[in-house]
Amino acid sequence: MTSKIPVAILGAFLAAGLVAPLATGVSAPGFWFEVLLGGLMAGVLYSLVALGFVLIFKASGVFNFAQGSMVLFAALAVARLAERMPLWAALICAVAIMVVLAFVVERLVLRPLVNQDAVALLMATLGVTYFLDGFGQTIWGSDIYEINLGIKREPVMVLDNVFQGGVLINRDDVAATVVAVILVGALALFFQKTKTGRALRAVADDHQAAQSIGIPLNRIWVIVWSIAGVVAIVGGVIWGGKLGVQFSISQVALKALPVVILGGFTSVPGAIVGGLIIGVGEKMAEVFLGPPLVKALDLAGGGIENWFAYVLAMLFLFVRPEGLFGERRIDRV
Amino acid sequence: MDKHLKIGLALAALAAAGSLAGEAAYAQQAKEQFFPVLVYRTGPYAPNGVPFANGYVDYLKLVNARDGGINGVKIAFEECETGYATDRGVECYERLKGKGPTGATVFQPLSTGITFALTDKSFGDHIPLITAGYGRADSVDGTVFGWNFPLGGTYWDAADILIQHVGKKEGGVANLKGKKIALVYHDSPYGKEPIALLQERAKMYGYDLILLPVTHPGVEQKATWLQIRQNRPDYVFLWGWGVMNSTAIKEAVATGYPREKMYGVWWSGAEPDVTPAGEGAKGYNALVFLAPAGQGGVHKDIIKYVYDKGQGTGKKEEIGDVLYNRGLTAAMMAVEGVKRAQLKYGKKPLTGQQVRWGLENLAIDDAAIKRLGFTGFMSPIATSCVDHEGGSAAQVHTWDGTKWNVQPGVYHADQQVIKPMIRASAEKYAQEKKLSKRDCAKEAD
Repeated sequence: MTSKIPVAILGAFLAAGLVAPLATGVSAPGFWFEVLLGGLMAGVLYSLVALGFVLIFKASGVFNFAQGSMVLFAALAVARLAERMPLWAALICAVAIMVVLAFVVERLVLRPLVNQDAVALLMATLGVTYFLDGFGQTIWGSDIYEINLGIKREPVMVLDNVFQGGVLINRDDVAATVVAVILVGALALFFQKTKTGRALRAVADDHQAAQSIGIPLNRIWVIVWSIAGVVAIVGGVIWGGKLGVQFSISQVALKALPVVILGGFTSVPGAIVGGLIIGVGEKMAEVFLGPPLVKALDLAGGGIENWFAYVLAMLFLFVRPEGLFGERRIDRV
Repeated sequence: MDKHLKIGLALAALAAAGSLAGEAAYAQQAKEQFFPVLVYRTGPYAPNGVPFANGYVDYLKLVNARDGGINGVKIAFEECETGYATDRGVECYERLKGKGPTGATVFQPLSTGITFALTDKSFGDHIPLITAGYGRADSVDGTVFGWNFPLGGTYWDAADILIQHVGKKEGGVANLKGKKIALVYHDSPYGKEPIALLQERAKMYGYDLILLPVTHPGVEQKATWLQIRQNRPDYVFLWGWGVMNSTAIKEAVATGYPREKMYGVWWSGAEPDVTPAGEGAKGYNALVFLAPAGQGGVHKDIIKYVYDKGQGTGKKEEIGDVLYNRGLTAAMMAVEGVKRAQLKYGKKPLTGQQVRWGLENLAIDDAAIKRLGFTGFMSPIATSCVDHEGGSAAQVHTWDGTKWNVQPGVYHADQQVIKPMIRASAEKYAQEKKLSKRDCAKEAD
């Protein structure tokens, strides 16, 4: 009960920060709502990358640093293949490529490291990151490539009878939200209702115990990396469709790190809620906190949204180290 | 024969062969002028780095293939991948600065961050840095920055020219009073460089300058463009690089900001910046200096002597793109610097210090531009010991959805405003670094 008090205080503090621009009259309600929506939409995209981290950690206890690179690799594959075939065929081929990649990673990287320290596995995924970044550009190229999802880029104005000037939303952001909701629903069903999903959770709890009751560890790892690969395709296609496919996509993973810290490494809902908090927090901070801060303290200036996401994550670490939805770990000593 | 003796003899023979090979290589190397080529063919800035590097290398190949080198001195070159990262740029510099019989000729890092780091080193190493259109604006002052050559334009020139252009659109710079101009800039030394000039001009003309930084690499600009939507600036100046540029144009489409009101610096106005945004980029403007898109005499030679011989660096269809041409021009200016220095020091491989003399006495006039096949691709450049820039002309070009169209009218930066700023900033730098200024009058003797 007492552990909930600091979380409540932090929550109240952040909520106060959220409505402060409105309460102080710094922002018009319409613009404030627009920034809020923009943050939520960005948060959905972060969540899609964070989901990949959570899935692999949940099922194998491995913090997969390569998730961002998998997003880049998958998006590059879709974009370049779509130049030669219809998009649906490119997506199917990309799924096949990510499954092969999962198989190769399991065979060459994970299998030799079974029952090793988590740090060894983390370092191995770091190696996979650099390999995928370099190899992806070697075979697919390093230009900016397009994924045409057929969504119009022009904004849509809504709620113009509520707010003066209306509120601007983008169709691709709405599409991303719908896809993210469907994906999370499908993953939740998979983990809770299927035999493989339950096996994945058993492996996450204890590798050796799961092996002793006949769960094939190697196959489970291939499956979970394949699922993370499919999540990477979804994330990569949405990011790529919006911004173009280029090396920088892999750096989106750096935004997913505070998301999983905040939401918890083992929680799918945590990845979603964490993504939304980070998305809204950083956009609100960049628009309403950064400029007055620079002016008041006569600072050199500069964007704050990149590091503000980590500040938010750290605040949550102080009050709830396992993350908002993470499992509390209790060790007997 | 004893086994150990046999091994010893084999090793001795190998060493002797190696030594002979080394001497042969040195003899071969002795007639070479070494050009280090700092590139970024991978990473977030590769879409812009690749065409520049291709143009740069193709020109070096052309000089060897067509002219047999620079007055008989063959060009040797080596690429080093910096990834646009300052630490890797410095590492490349250290690795390549001593190569070749006379060391590196000149460095062109294509990065303001790397330029800042190498500027300090240049004072000790005596190797020129050509930073055509980038780097430190105050490095125009050759009396303090003895080794930097921002040939053809600086960011202060670019910012000044943009203000002149939007002033002209408003019917005179006096009409800028009360207008809002937003600077969307890469949050790095490169992006911050024009701020001082824009603030100075804001004081003079009374416009409101809104500064909107975008953090590296620039794929996350939602908050920036929401602020633009809130502030509704009359003009947006874009100071981006790499993926940041195309993202900015896409976000402008997504927030409904008219592309016709957007003006990029000359590093935000190439094909990789607009093509990813598709139709949405139509009407977007940017500065162009030195080399707009298109082909001329030099391109014909490159196709004939390099690509038709199977020696091309990039794709043949990309010859003539904006950044390809800029790489081509950058290499040409370095080669012309060597040629000029050969007039004083002889037709032999030259040191960086000797090449500096050539770069300080560059006289690329209209006749030279025509002879070199660069007509229409650059304005004349004439440098001196004091003036390391040699000219600052630029035009505006507009993307029509398929190609860049250069608008009529050449702008020249207002040196009455810029020169005092350069002098003050260079002076401050000299004091901070405890540098003694060069006496150009004495050196001319």
